[in-house]
Amino acid sequence: MRRKDPKTQLSSSRALLEIRDLNLDFGTPRGRVHALRNVSLDVPAGQVVGIVGESGSGKSTLAYTVMGLLPENADVTSGSILFEYKDLLKMPTQARRGLLGDHLSMIFQDPMTALNPVRTIESQMIDVQHHEQGSWGEKRARAIDMLQRVGIPDPQSRIGAYPHHFSGGMRQRVCIAMALLVKPTLLVADEPTTALDATLEVQIIHLLKDLQKEIGCSVLFVSHHLGAVAELCDRVAVMYAGEVVEQGAVRDIFHNPAHPYTRALLECDPGRIKKSTRTLPTIPGEVPSLLGTKVGCIFRTRCRQAFDRCGQENPVEYRIGVDQVARCHLLDKELLVSV
Amino acid sequence: MSALLRVEDLRVRFRTMGPLKALATGTRAPFIDALCGVSFEIRKGETLALVGESGSGKSTIARTIIGLQRAVSGSISFDGQEIEELSGAERKPYLRRMAMMFQDPIGSLSPRLTVRSLLTEPFRIHGLKDRDVEGEAERLLRMVGLSAEFARRYPHQLSGGQARRVGIARALALSPDLLIADEPTAGLDVSVQGEVLNLLARLQTELGMAILIITHNLNVVRHMTDRMAIMYLGRFIEVGATERIFDQPRHPYTEALLAANPEPDPDAVLNRIELKGEVPSLMRRPSGCEFHTRCRYAQDICSRVFPEPSAGQEDKKHSFRCHFPIAGDILPTSERPKLSIGKTRFR
Amino acid sequence: MAIVESILPETNDAMAAESSRTFLRQFRQNLLGMLGAVLVIFIAATAIFAPLMITHDPIRIMVGPRLAGPSLDFLLGTDQLGRDTFSRVVMGGRIPLLVAFASLGSSLAVGLVLGLIAGFGPRWLDNLLLLVFDTIRSFPSIIFALAMIALLGPSLASIILVIAITSMPIYARVVRTQTEALRSSEYIAAERSMGAGTTRILAVHVLPNVLGPLLILVSMDVPAVIAVEAGLSFLGMGVRPPTPDWGAILNDGYSYINQTPWPVIASGIPIVLATLGFTFLGEALRDIFDPKLRKDL
Repeated sequence: MRRKDPKTQLSSSRALLEIRDLNLDFGTPRGRVHALRNVSLDVPAGQVVGIVGESGSGKSTLAYTVMGLLPENADVTSGSILFEYKDLLKMPTQARRGLLGDHLSMIFQDPMTALNPVRTIESQMIDVQHHEQGSWGEKRARAIDMLQRVGIPDPQSRIGAYPHHFSGGMRQRVCIAMALLVKPTLLVADEPTTALDATLEVQIIHLLKDLQKEIGCSVLFVSHHLGAVAELCDRVAVMYAGEVVEQGAVRDIFHNPAHPYTRALLECDPGRIKKSTRTLPTIPGEVPSLLGTKVGCIFRTRCRQAFDRCGQENPVEYRIGVDQVARCHLLDKELLVSV
Repeated sequence: MSALLRVEDLRVRFRTMGPLKALATGTRAPFIDALCGVSFEIRKGETLALVGESGSGKSTIARTIIGLQRAVSGSISFDGQEIEELSGAERKPYLRRMAMMFQDPIGSLSPRLTVRSLLTEPFRIHGLKDRDVEGEAERLLRMVGLSAEFARRYPHQLSGGQARRVGIARALALSPDLLIADEPTAGLDVSVQGEVLNLLARLQTELGMAILIITHNLNVVRHMTDRMAIMYLGRFIEVGATERIFDQPRHPYTEALLAANPEPDPDAVLNRIELKGEVPSLMRRPSGCEFHTRCRYAQDICSRVFPEPSAGQEDKKHSFRCHFPIAGDILPTSERPKLSIGKTRFR
Repeated sequence: MAIVESILPETNDAMAAESSRTFLRQFRQNLLGMLGAVLVIFIAATAIFAPLMITHDPIRIMVGPRLAGPSLDFLLGTDQLGRDTFSRVVMGGRIPLLVAFASLGSSLAVGLVLGLIAGFGPRWLDNLLLLVFDTIRSFPSIIFALAMIALLGPSLASIILVIAITSMPIYARVVRTQTEALRSSEYIAAERSMGAGTTRILAVHVLPNVLGPLLILVSMDVPAVIAVEAGLSFLGMGVRPPTPDWGAILNDGYSYINQTPWPVIASGIPIVLATLGFTFLGEALRDIFDPKLRKDL
């Protein structure tokens, strides 16, 4: 089952979602936490873009920033998020809110809390269609059809049930149905399989993949699970401590990782280690504190290949091959700098 | 060599409704069976893994061994002594020789105590006042690779990995003979997962305790354990040497679990096996083989006849409950349903 | 908040400050809380050192002219019996505070114990205690208070008893709910797995977590008790004359408000100040103990 090659050129045509030099701080009593630094990312139309990273890497913050669902202490200091050629950050609040649940929709990590526990699936699924035309009956029919498509057995009678009548996996299917019901052009999925068991995760990944092909929307898929990303995504961005350290086509990232962090992360995945061993690979050290300004490469304290320059200069995005960029001074010999 | 811990035919059930409600609704058995007759043993210094998804009863086994949960029947003997019946003060001497690490690295530490107090809790609980508490805390921190300044911190000031190390240090404070680790890598990043498992492996070599690891992630146990048991709906469906099960899983459920976390490679042949449906509710156990509702090899007999544990002829130590085991030598190949692995998908 | 939490672990890391120090720092940042604490300390100190502060005997009549205005000799004037209002107000704070302290203290102690038993004990005991709490709470408190006073006679002891009995179930319920939530928490299971006994678990691991919210509740109840005591004295059901008491002074002054407003002002202001002081203090404590607000630090 080989997938067709994703469109390669980064800038050949305008992407559906273009994030440029995004910087975001959280104001905390102990100072400003730089949660996102110089993040640039494209989501081309009809593609699945994965964001991988460990906890505290800012991958969820990025997803929430796109959706405009940030807490009050968040502050976007610079950058732009172009969605369908319009800058979301400059848009009036009202217009931006209008996009949610219409062109943009989201699946959350925890299917237990993403649904309103005191309302039926039916009323919630009809509610999300408030942007759409049509009578109550038509909306209900659409909801039943979508439940059928996400694999809920007997949707005609199940639609009247409350969220607690469904198991965890079924609830996540309902959430996916609700997110896709509005025919979004971009679906943001924040760790949709983390709260599920391994055998259910396989089901949900396959479901998302099939539905994405069918509907043709773009997906921004946030996950810490490399296996899920490898299976589902066309493009991957690797995040570490608030920066996108490497991004490119999924095959390039997994076969030819250029950034030392990407390489270390791939080595750590227990699925990769076939031989029985008593010592597993790790990344020594801790994720640095994001308080205050940082000079130099953010990964240098844990990098085995760090050298003088890493402590003095922030690495720019060096281009490797056609469609892969990484922020690492080791790649400077390529001298194909793009800022 | 005698077993350190022997569990025999352990049954645990939970009440689903109060006795009055059961009477009013006419429910004859207001219970669910979380564990239906589980037997296993752990020898000194050995590592056993219990693997299963949520609701399989793996954590219930741990809680029953440690005494947080009562069994309906069955026996648990520790070093030759029956401990299931014991409670309170009678159990205390045995709790000194076994220790349990709970799932949530930070949530299992009392939030208002410093790391120093947390680490020395076991000494105070067991009345070992003569020990140099300060020195012990420092020794334990050093043992798990944390600097002495951590002694002053509170649990919420620790990262997940650090809290997990504190949990390990506390569990090993009294040098137990048996360590029960419930999801030791839950909530940890991949880079930290390795660190924690390496630490456990190192300490096991140094201190020689037996470990019972409970996890849903098969890849985690491959490097740590000697034997493993796969659980489904409160039963063991496959037990055997870890290496052997990884080489040749016999139960279709084990096969699916093994395939659930493959090598992250976009070009690899996608052989993740998608099981249909979800784990059935414990209140409505399927008839016959309890896995037949999700099994891609299921035949008529599977929904009617409960499969007995069968030991393969070639290996008495590898047993499984399946009418049509994978690549087994019990049935001639012609009788097994023909399926090409990796292509079949159920809708 | 989920995103903030995912970012904060490593920043928490950098911080190894003792939590008692952060507590004090937070408290100092809360201006209203500081004001409340100052007021409470001031009022308590006044009540304790009252005998040293009075300028006249608060009970002796005709130490001066009747219903006089403030003067150097009588700082806040005199009442209808020629008693010194300043001395009476200073002494008059002792009774409301004593009532608050005794009634809330005893109901706190009883409520804490019963709440812990209900939350940690067997289910049937929990149900039984809940039934008791709800039975007490289902009496209309004013009717209950009037009935008790009619039965026991108007005295300080009966006021204290009434307040203690009616406020106990509220505290016990709060403690019970908190204890029950903690009971199923993983760290309590972890303590049990190490062989810790029930007493140790309750004292070391449950009590400190329950006490915070409870103290907030109690400190916010103090003004209510002061008001109730003043109210009952105002109605003539509290302390007997000539004992000085804010409510009684207010009551007496009210009858002569046409001649002089001073007794009403002099006894009204401390009631307002005490109410505000304890309310601000309670609110500050609530903000500090609230785990959601603490997380941001």
